[in-house]
Amino acid sequence: MKLKEKPTWRELPFACCIPEPGNSVYYKTGDWKTLKPVVDKTKCIKCGTCWIFCPEYAYEEDEYGYFESNLEYCKGCGICARECPAQCITMEEEVVE
Amino acid sequence: MVEIRFHGRGGQGAVTSAELLAQAAIKEGKYAQAFPAFGAERRGAPVLAFTRISDEVIKLRIGIYQPDVVIVLDPSLVKAVPVVAGLKEGGLVVLNSKKGPGDWKKDLGREDVMVASVDATSIAMEELGVPITNVVMLGALLKAKPLVNLEPLEGFIAQRFPRIAGKEIKAFRRAYQETRVE
Amino acid sequence: MAKRTGIEVSIAIAEAARQADVDVVSAYPITPQTHIVEHLAQLVADGDLDANYITVESEHTAMSACVGASAAGARVFTSTSSQGLALMNEIVYLASSLRTPVVMALANRALSGPISIWNDHSDVMNERDTGWICIFANNGQEAYDLTLMAFRIGEDKRVMLPVMINFDGFILTHVIEPIYMFDDDEIADFIPPYEPVIYLDTDNPITMGPVGVPDIYTEAKKQQEVAIRESRSVIDEVFDEFAGRYGRRYRAVETYKAEDAEIVLLAQGSVIEAAEAAVDVLRDQGKKVGAVELRLWRPFPFDDLREVLCGTSIKQVVVLDRCISFGGPIGPVLSEVRSALYLEKDKPMVVGVVAGLGGRDIHLEEYIEMFRIGEECLRTGKDAGEEPELVKIVGLRE
Repeated sequence: MKLKEKPTWRELPFACCIPEPGNSVYYKTGDWKTLKPVVDKTKCIKCGTCWIFCPEYAYEEDEYGYFESNLEYCKGCGICARECPAQCITMEEEVVE
Repeated sequence: MVEIRFHGRGGQGAVTSAELLAQAAIKEGKYAQAFPAFGAERRGAPVLAFTRISDEVIKLRIGIYQPDVVIVLDPSLVKAVPVVAGLKEGGLVVLNSKKGPGDWKKDLGREDVMVASVDATSIAMEELGVPITNVVMLGALLKAKPLVNLEPLEGFIAQRFPRIAGKEIKAFRRAYQETRVE
Repeated sequence: MAKRTGIEVSIAIAEAARQADVDVVSAYPITPQTHIVEHLAQLVADGDLDANYITVESEHTAMSACVGASAAGARVFTSTSSQGLALMNEIVYLASSLRTPVVMALANRALSGPISIWNDHSDVMNERDTGWICIFANNGQEAYDLTLMAFRIGEDKRVMLPVMINFDGFILTHVIEPIYMFDDDEIADFIPPYEPVIYLDTDNPITMGPVGVPDIYTEAKKQQEVAIRESRSVIDEVFDEFAGRYGRRYRAVETYKAEDAEIVLLAQGSVIEAAEAAVDVLRDQGKKVGAVELRLWRPFPFDDLREVLCGTSIKQVVVLDRCISFGGPIGPVLSEVRSALYLEKDKPMVVGVVAGLGGRDIHLEEYIEMFRIGEECLRTGKDAGEEPELVKIVGLRE
């Protein structure tokens, strides 16, 4: 259930709590970025350092064990590119047409 | 209503005296209050405690300024603080002293009052081994003014001092016997 | 069966918390509340109360622990005074907005400075608008009874708000007096186990206390305001049930010989009993006087107060405030009583006095002086005396 964005005081959940766990997925922060991480899979050693360091939990592991940033949530901070021990992540300008 | 003011020194148990007396009165179905002079207590400093006993609900919630009875636990206090201040005409003073009550009337400058005296320190030293006179002085008070019955009060004394109940009660009874009233 | 016991009021309040079977106690010792939390700590240490006693380094943390424990679904009790409550202040607001029904026994004490450990009502008035249900006790029996009822009121599913029981520091806390104490079984029946509406549960996670953006905050505050206003019917229900079970009747506004009175003294807390004694003295002199007690402070009992004061024999009200609203309308109680009567057509005049600050005893003659001030206002027809904004302090050395 997605909460109404502007509930009346009667509709607002009791004590202004958030009764739905993990509902921050509805809040897509991916459009904040100017740079996006691009992973060179030929250099990637699948260590998961990017996944650990990402402050937005945007990295997801795919079926082959590679890590890819979900660009709907990635804010483009570049921490992953800086921390990657294989230096396989580069920050590139995101082109929006 | 009877209003009683206890004078003691911090650590002598004046507050305990006031409380035991009130508890005994309440046990007998009366209304009573016991409270310390509100503030910070220090061992050895002069302290006050109060008891009110009445057959009706007590609606007073302030200190006792004009007591019917004053009890002085420590002989040195008579010179240190004005113990008879505000004492009602014809009131009662209960003193811990080797001196007889007749002599005290002159010394206190109050010929109108009744004085009871007992050598409470000696009784406390002989029976308890320490100069703590709070329970002893309750015995003296009850001799001079039977505010409550002895048995319920002894029950509360035993409850308060479970390890030395026998000694305290003996000291209490001795004071009741040895107190002189004039 | 209730047993009549000579007991210190602080100990009776702590026993009420034990009988309510609290799960968590967190508090920091401060005079004159200390005996309450000492006794609870002893009960927990001796195994006589199965609760977590969370020791903390400050009142701010004590209230934080209380809110956290309540959010986890625990029945929670705390107690404080004066500066302790002031230090809790930030989290006091959280307890009400997160709807955690913490019960607080507040031993009323003056605020600094100069430092005073003695009684007045400046501590509670500082917390007036925090959204807590706020009730005054005027003797030891009431402090015990109301502490028990606080759990029923606050934890009711229609309420879910924290409750503050006020009783005067030293004047009540340190006094041994007769109190009817209930058997544990009776209280177990009166106060059933706590069932939270929402709580932090790892199997069904929720978020409590998130940020409230401008689009949400106003609605959240409205919800809270409605909750405390609607708590009134539950407060009355609990008072009724208590009266039915145990025979002692509590009302939001209490009166004493006010039925045919022309002048009444309105006050809160332990002074009300002494005011009643002054009423008796003046009644013997043929004066038509009475006393009104504003027991319920939040939610404010507007209708009850108007019923007592408006369209009745009462022509003049003297409001006794136990703290000063500096540079403002004399005192908080005066200002609220006047405001409650503002729209009424047939209303009495209202004058305010201040007395009993920082532990100053109020003597019988001073209560009589308060009635005299009321008489003077009534005689001259000047609602609040010659100088309406002057803070009239009774018992002041001029």
